[in-house]
Formats: sequence, C-alpha cells, structure tokens
Amino acid sequence: MSMDRRQFLKITGVSTILGIGAVAGVNGLSRSPVEASQVEPSPDALKAKRWGFVIDMSKFRTDDDFTRVRHACHSIHNVPDIDNPKVEIKWIWKDTYEHTFPGQESKYMAEEMKDKPFMVLCNHCDNPPCVRVCPTKATFKRSDGIVMMDMHRCIGCRFCMAACPFGARSFNFGDPRPFIKEPNPEFPTRTKGVVEKCTFCYERLAKGLNPACVDASQGGIVFGDLEDPKSEVRRLISKHYTIRRKLELGTEPSVYYIIGGNENA
Amino acid sequence: MYDSGKIITGLLVFVAIVSFPFVYSRGTNIVKPEPKIDTPVIQQMAVKQCVQPRAFMRAEHMQLLNDWRDSVVRDGNRVYVGFGGKQYNMSLQNTCMHCHSNKKEFCDSCHNFMSVKPYCWDCHIAPKENKS
Ligand code: SF4
Ligand code: SF4
Repeated sequence: MSMDRRQFLKITGVSTILGIGAVAGVNGLSRSPVEASQVEPSPDALKAKRWGFVIDMSKFRTDDDFTRVRHACHSIHNVPDIDNPKVEIKWIWKDTYEHTFPGQESKYMAEEMKDKPFMVLCNHCDNPPCVRVCPTKATFKRSDGIVMMDMHRCIGCRFCMAACPFGARSFNFGDPRPFIKEPNPEFPTRTKGVVEKCTFCYERLAKGLNPACVDASQGGIVFGDLEDPKSEVRRLISKHYTIRRKLELGTEPSVYYIIGGNENA
Repeated sequence: MYDSGKIITGLLVFVAIVSFPFVYSRGTNIVKPEPKIDTPVIQQMAVKQCVQPRAFMRAEHMQLLNDWRDSVVRDGNRVYVGFGGKQYNMSLQNTCMHCHSNKKEFCDSCHNFMSVKPYCWDCHIAPKENKS
C-alpha cells in the first residue's frame, strides 16, 4: 500500500487522539475506591503542630526507671529482644553522657554527671537528615512533626541509618519474630530487611492516648506541642535549663533534656 | 508467499503450545474456592455487611487496603466511612481480621487458588486460629 505524506499524518493524528482517549477512559473507570471524603481523622486523636518531648533526667535515677520505660515501649510495639549489640533493635534505650552529648564533656566535670546514663530515642528532628536521604520516601515527616516510617515501602538500603547522627535507627538483619516473646496482637511486627525506630506512638496518639514511654516514666518524660506557647513542654523549657543533642549539626531535635539534678532542675 | 511451508508449520506449533494448558485441563474438575464467612463475630452480626458491598470487596479489597494504609500511615486519618455511612477504624489486624478471624479459610482459600502470595503476614499478625 502506498501512502502520501498527507495521508500518513492524518492516520497518525487520529490514532494518537484515539489512544489518549482510551487511556483517559480506562483511568476514569479504575477510580480509587477511597475518596477523600470517605476518610476522617479519629475524633479523639491528639493533635499538635510539632510534637516534642522534654526528658527530666532527675527522674531517671535507678536502673528500673530506665528498664520500665524501655519495656513499656518495646513490649507494645513488638520490638524484638536480641541480645547481640551488633544486630539488636532499639526504639528507646540508655546511653552514656559522652555518647549522648559528645563534645560537651569537660575535663573536671562532676563525676556523677559524666557517668550518668541518659534515656535516648529518635529526636523527631525538625530538619531530619534521615528523611532527606530516603530514596523511596519510606521515612517522612508528618505535618505534626513526627518522623514516621512506612514499613511497606522500606527497601532496606539503610541510607537513613547512615544519615541519622543519633543512631536512632535499627536494621532487621533477620526475621525478628523469634525474638518477640509475647507479641502484642494489636500491633504489627516488622520483617527481615526493614529499618525501624520510635514512631512517637502515632497509633496511640490517634486514639487519644499518651505515648507509652510517657505513661511509664512517672513524670520523667513529658510530651506536647512545641509550637504551642501554653503547652507543658514549653513551660518546662522556659523554666529550666535544657539541652538538646548535637545541635551543631542543625537537625533541630525535638527532644529536650533537663539535666541539672537538684531543686532548680 | 515465500516459505509458506515453514511459516504455516511455525504457526501450527505456536497455536498448539498456547492452547496446550486449556486442552490439558479440560475435563478436570476445578473446585472454585469458597471463602468462608462463618466466624463467631460475623454470625452475631444482625446485618452481615462488610465495609463495602460484597462484589466491590471481592474485586477491590487489595486497592482498598492500599488506600487505607496510605491514609493511616501518611496522613494519620484512621476513620473510614464505609457502606451506608458506617464508620470503621482502618486497620487490617484490628478491624478486618476481627471479623474474618479465619484467615486460612478466608484469605488463604482464594489466594492459594490464584497462587498469589501477598506479604501482609510477614509483619501483620494473623489471628490465632483453632486448628480444626
Ligand atoms: S533522630 Fe535520627 S532518625 Fe530520628 S528524626 Fe533525627 S535523624 Fe531521623
Ligand atoms: S514515643 Fe512511643 S515509640 Fe517512641 S520511644 Fe516513646 S513509647 Fe516508644
């Protein structure tokens, strides 16, 4: 069949239009079943512009103060208990002063401060480097300041672990399930090959509950909206001398520490 | 036509290969899976109604679950307004499996038949089932 230029252009034109029409038609048919109007926030969810913690170290005196809080978090979130520091998983844990605030130890500082353990967890940074490096947006910052993980999207590249200057993230080198003694049937576990960390108890906030560590800490951990000048956290921060971790890196942690141990703390 | 012999033989071989599975399985009795919905929770419901009508759930539950996940994890919106305006907590483990506590007879019966292997249960905890 021979065809001149004009005919050729006509045929390509018509078939392009038909093709676009067909694609649009198919897209229109396979509409997503969940419309925006079909979902709502839970009515009793706790809300904030930017969630944050104030940790009062004067309330963490005994070993039990630390283990109680850690257990509260780890047991409800099905965090495996692996006894090997190379592959352990932790959402909230105890670390030394020099690891928590490196560069801030001075030569003749009080021994008790130098040896004091600190309660550390993800800082839910305002400017989170972990989010910036994630190639799949599996970790992202919610509008309320929580730095979240979408486990479905995590491909286990561990860029976030390299980017986080606080060691707040752990990697599942193997199946975590054998290491979870009493799984909480209301919360998922993780699987081999994903990174996990503290999620600010987003699932509890949605039900109007406090984060589990806050409830277990007997006043040692206070949470609230850092952008609300009337919140409890802001009141504490304005009244006490507080420090945050590795400020020089510019990640803007949302976790404040009250460290002085005495009445003025 | 040149090489008509080769072309026609090739076509015949092609048709034979493509139609082999259909011819082979003719006459075998294929039992369609019947996902069971006779769990205690469902039996106690006055109106046995899922979050959307049955036909929709059959065809679209995977898409629905994906959308639930995005809404809960990304936007923090947990309430789904389902069929007839009823509200549900969007949760596979706590809402879907609360009624469908028979994963083996419900989820697995179709998934195994269709040979699909969703990885939901790598993380989400399946309900405890009485082995019967
Ligand atoms: S502490 Fe680490 S994991 Fe948490 S938000 Fe900051 S950079 Fe990310
Ligand atoms: S906020 Fe929740 S997830 Fe984060 S450390 Fe506290 S208890 Fe664990």
